Amino acid sequence: MTDTLETARTTTAGARYVPLWRVRLSLLAKSLRTNWALFAENPIGLIGLGVIVFFGLFALAHPILMNTVWEARVYHPVSGHDLEIPFHPSPPSPRHLLGTDPLGRDVLSQLMYSTRFEFALGIIAAVVTMVVATTIGAVSAYYGGVLDALLMRLVDLVQMIPLLPILIVLSALMNVGMLELAIVFGLLFGFGGTAIIVKSQALTVKVRPYIEAARIAGGSDWHIIFKHMVPNLLPVSLLYMMFTVNTAIAYEAILSFFGLTTIQMSWGLMINTTQFFGYLLRFDTWWLLFPASIAITTLCAAFYLVGRAMDEVVNPRLRRR
Amino acid sequence: MWKYLGKRVLQMIITLLLFQVLTYLLIDAQPGDIADLLTLAPDIPPNEVRRLRAELGLDRPPLERMARYIINFYRGNLGVSFQEYPRPVIDIIKERLPRTFVLFVTANIVAFWTGFVTGKILAWRRGGIIEYAATITGVTLYTVFLPWFALMMIWLFAVTLHWLPPGKFLDPLKWLGPDVPPANAIFTRLIWTSLIALLLCFMGFLISNRATRRRRVPIRLASVLVPLAGLVGYWGTNGLGRLAWDIVSHLVLPVGTLTLYAYAGTMLLMRTTMLETLREDYVLTARAKGLPDKVVRDKHAARNALLPVWTGLVFGISGSVGGGIITETVFSWPGIGLTLLNASTSEDIPTAMGVLTILGILTLVAHLVVDIGYAFLDPRIRYG
Repeated sequence: MTDTLETARTTTAGARYVPLWRVRLSLLAKSLRTNWALFAENPIGLIGLGVIVFFGLFALAHPILMNTVWEARVYHPVSGHDLEIPFHPSPPSPRHLLGTDPLGRDVLSQLMYSTRFEFALGIIAAVVTMVVATTIGAVSAYYGGVLDALLMRLVDLVQMIPLLPILIVLSALMNVGMLELAIVFGLLFGFGGTAIIVKSQALTVKVRPYIEAARIAGGSDWHIIFKHMVPNLLPVSLLYMMFTVNTAIAYEAILSFFGLTTIQMSWGLMINTTQFFGYLLRFDTWWLLFPASIAITTLCAAFYLVGRAMDEVVNPRLRRR
Repeated sequence: MWKYLGKRVLQMIITLLLFQVLTYLLIDAQPGDIADLLTLAPDIPPNEVRRLRAELGLDRPPLERMARYIINFYRGNLGVSFQEYPRPVIDIIKERLPRTFVLFVTANIVAFWTGFVTGKILAWRRGGIIEYAATITGVTLYTVFLPWFALMMIWLFAVTLHWLPPGKFLDPLKWLGPDVPPANAIFTRLIWTSLIALLLCFMGFLISNRATRRRRVPIRLASVLVPLAGLVGYWGTNGLGRLAWDIVSHLVLPVGTLTLYAYAGTMLLMRTTMLETLREDYVLTARAKGLPDKVVRDKHAARNALLPVWTGLVFGISGSVGGGIITETVFSWPGIGLTLLNASTSEDIPTAMGVLTILGILTLVAHLVVDIGYAFLDPRIRYG
């Protein structure tokens, strides 16, 4: 059967046979090019992307530096200690570009080491959100009826819950690490507002002719949802993924700042250490507070800006004429 | 309207019950219980442990315990705090809820109003350096790491300029003496007097809107100055003004911080929706009719742009409650947010549960208020 089809294709078209994946790839490349052109029109989005790339390189540089220039005994972000300096925290010096913390650890090394976990946290949370929100949105829009009502009431419930108080109580009572935190964030955001937005998009996709065509061709419900609806929902959920990333990073930093997580090293924890040793309101030791805080703020702002710029790509009404 | 309200309140109660069940089960699922915690000392006989379990009701099945907790909650019995031992949780909440309420409500109302006005103006004057400056300030305030921002405010206004105290509810040195009334009584009186003054001011503005143009300005001036003079007169003559001023000066910095934080979201959203609205045909028509710019901006564009911003408020409530907790923590403002954090870290479970539920109710009520406001703003929506 397939053989005859293949030969039929090659002969009747009269042209060279192009495999389907290559067609898809070239289509993808084309849409990426046009979307990139739209994205690049917006300088604010480019600045955000630049900051994200910078932090990515920042994270990558840490293992390289640890293996070449930095001695593990002195510069290890969690267990390092500089014995040559008599009093810690010490101000920035050529040896420690951002000084040392009250335990004698290098602040720059901590900052760089934490970056990769912030990225991992943001990305895991965002992927979980995307999967949950897209599935709920698509299923709820496709089936409608009782299932839709049930799922949407659940979403309303999650939407109404005060997020931070619950997270505070839970993480105080349980041992919460980075991975658990990422999954909890992902689930809470996925069952929250993102699902509503994806569902509203799914409702417009559901009534398009190709869905009808797929149904007439005998596609099963799951086939239609995951092969035909979900790919068309991805732009929207990708956009809200960006906003999930910045919220997740901010919440992690806040929980770590309160000292409620079991994470070994993160930006929020660096500020928590500062507070623990009583340097929080002593503004002469600025290097304990500023680097981590500015890192959190800029990375969150960068993801937010990229999200806004992508919003303009996805949502043509926002574009400048 | 009443039918809708009834339906919403019913829905709220169901949501609250689900929320309570969920939090109770989550907290109850933790390994170990209070009896284990209290009987870590090895010389307490097992008999005593059993007696303690029975006394605290911990030998009952979990579902029964949950039902008892929830029923007791609605009877006003939230258990006893472990931290401040025989003090009931409900007393602690009664003492601290007004402080959180003032912080939360003032900051949100001021932030919404200023965000609405500045967003409107920024969208109207599009382009140029102001737009970039506003967007950058807005995004920075929106995504700033709030504890750090609060610390910067302390550094600027309390440490460098010495204008305001750095935190806490009051300065204990000013409250020494035999005939000083309790701080909470003064705080409650402060809330009521300023509420009355605000209402008077608001009514004055409502009246001024009906008045002729020439009379409008004096009426507005009077409606601001008269309540203000009344407030100053009342607190200046009753001998407690010094103490009230102490509380107010401690209140300014947390409220200001939370306001700026909440302001950015409204401002950015208002600017975006206003830009969309300005492209609508009816704005073009209004301009073509030759209406003054101010009327087109305020009556035709901003009024319609307000609706999505109001919806954004619904999505922002949960984040705003979180922002309140962070602000309270950094400024050591003894509201229920700080209580929640302290109770959670010292495993004071009754207090943590009670405060969590109260915060849940606060969020639900805020949602309801926003939804009712929606009916007044959008004539297409008349619930009922």
